[in-house]
Amino acid sequence: MLFDLVATIIKMAVFLGVLMGAIAPLMVWVERRGAGLMQDRPGPNRLGPWGLFQPLADVFKFFFKEDLTPALADRWLFLAAPALALIPALTTFVFIPFGPDVEVAGRMVPLVVSDADAGVLLFLAIASLGVYSLILAGYASNNKFSLLGGIRASAQLISYELAMALAVLAVLIPVGSFHLGRVVDYQHGLWNVVPQFLGFVVFLVAAFAETNRLPFDLPEAESELVAGFHTEYSAMRFAAFFTGEYVAMTTISALAATLYFGGWSLFGFPEWAAGALAGLVGPFWLWMGLIGLGVLLAKTSVFLFFFVWVRWTFLRFRYDQLMRLGWKVLMPLALVNLIAVAAATVAGWL
Amino acid sequence: MIEVAVFLLFAALALGSALMVVLLRNPVHSTLSLVLTLLAIAVLFVLLGAPFLAALQVLVYTGAIVVLFLFVVMLLNIGREEIATDRGLVQKGAAGLGALILLGMVGAALWQGTAGHELAPLTEDFVSLEVLATQLFGRYLVAFELVGLLLLVAVIAATVLAARPTPGEPLAAGDRLADAAPVERGGPEPEELAEPTAPSTAAEEAR
Repeated sequence: MLFDLVATIIKMAVFLGVLMGAIAPLMVWVERRGAGLMQDRPGPNRLGPWGLFQPLADVFKFFFKEDLTPALADRWLFLAAPALALIPALTTFVFIPFGPDVEVAGRMVPLVVSDADAGVLLFLAIASLGVYSLILAGYASNNKFSLLGGIRASAQLISYELAMALAVLAVLIPVGSFHLGRVVDYQHGLWNVVPQFLGFVVFLVAAFAETNRLPFDLPEAESELVAGFHTEYSAMRFAAFFTGEYVAMTTISALAATLYFGGWSLFGFPEWAAGALAGLVGPFWLWMGLIGLGVLLAKTSVFLFFFVWVRWTFLRFRYDQLMRLGWKVLMPLALVNLIAVAAATVAGWL
Repeated sequence: MIEVAVFLLFAALALGSALMVVLLRNPVHSTLSLVLTLLAIAVLFVLLGAPFLAALQVLVYTGAIVVLFLFVVMLLNIGREEIATDRGLVQKGAAGLGALILLGMVGAALWQGTAGHELAPLTEDFVSLEVLATQLFGRYLVAFELVGLLLLVAVIAATVLAARPTPGEPLAAGDRLADAAPVERGGPEPEELAEPTAPSTAAEEAR
């Protein structure tokens, strides 16, 4: 009991440290330098080597800005919305495995924070709560631009959630389990992206819409809605929305890597490397956890760069185009993929 | 011990927030109370050993259906004044009667289910995903498919009701576009709203 509790707390601390201490600030840097790269300009390169300390300067700037609450805002909801942006995004990471079950001091410890059987479903369920932060921010600000952003967010996220869930479901059919660890085990020989390429494309497009990234960032379309749902937010509350967006991008990228690209596994390499290193120094479980986490983060960061790449390459959709794409293209494609995968599984091809 | 404490906490939260859904005057606040109720019930599902039901509850109801509620409430921009109806004697009486009937039904169901015989313990066979699936797609397959059909009918009906007449096609008897136009407030003429091409054709005729 105490052992499990300590193990869980350590695993949660590692994830929280990686997400909030490394990935979110690094993404700020990658986004700004990436924008510079793609627009043929240097980007912020003054502070630290290659401008790496720029996120630190940004955080200090946010701390010293005035924290405003509009007089006619719905005060409690206005204060709750930024926190709600962070909580679901941080929570969903507990279902992503970063290694197999390992033996620590004579006990089996799964290298995932929550070893729930319905892991994928719980991931989708908690991730779907993130939309409330946008809706509440839009409503509580008492500003018509914010309200329009919130309304757009609610309609958009519902439309794309369906296609995403159907794509994920197709992954689970041949695996026969809702457990993300089993999904990783299943991809030992061949990554899911090969047999399920159509589902992967649907998932990827829906992921962009779910995280409100360009070309689907209609809730904050600055050319029409000032800044959309977060128009009235300033200082650290605004930064919380920003951080929430990056953390949500990271979790959805980690889910994509786990569902379609083998998660922490790399054709037996992590197990082999951990075994070799444990022969020299340190216990096996520590090396396994570190290497598994490293492989998972490497795959995740490829997706994160892809998010930035797409943002500075494509134009924003019009709202009717967004809705049409979601319901008339992605939904039927996801259904076709689901039926094809189910048929192939029954026929014994997968 | 911890389970009892968690149960009491979340049962109280579910009941309290359910009460707030009806008592709060602001429709957005009411809807958010509904979110709390559904989340608390999801926790109760987890306590009963059915995490699958809990996940579905959050995914479908909290994550999608209540978001649609909020969408409609915010889109129509219902203020607190508009929702505050006059609470007449008839309304109060009807509400009380409805509550009594519901209480009676729930009480009767509980009494029938528990009186006289021992309650079976909650086992894995009762709540597991596998049993749920085999029951749903085996014993209750016809009922399950009928519910699906009912939803399909509802979707088609909503689409038909919401469909706008295509330009150039005369309005059908049931169309209420003219009624909806704010004529008395000096808004555009109802004909213009109903027929977007009307101004240009009128101008051509004038020429």
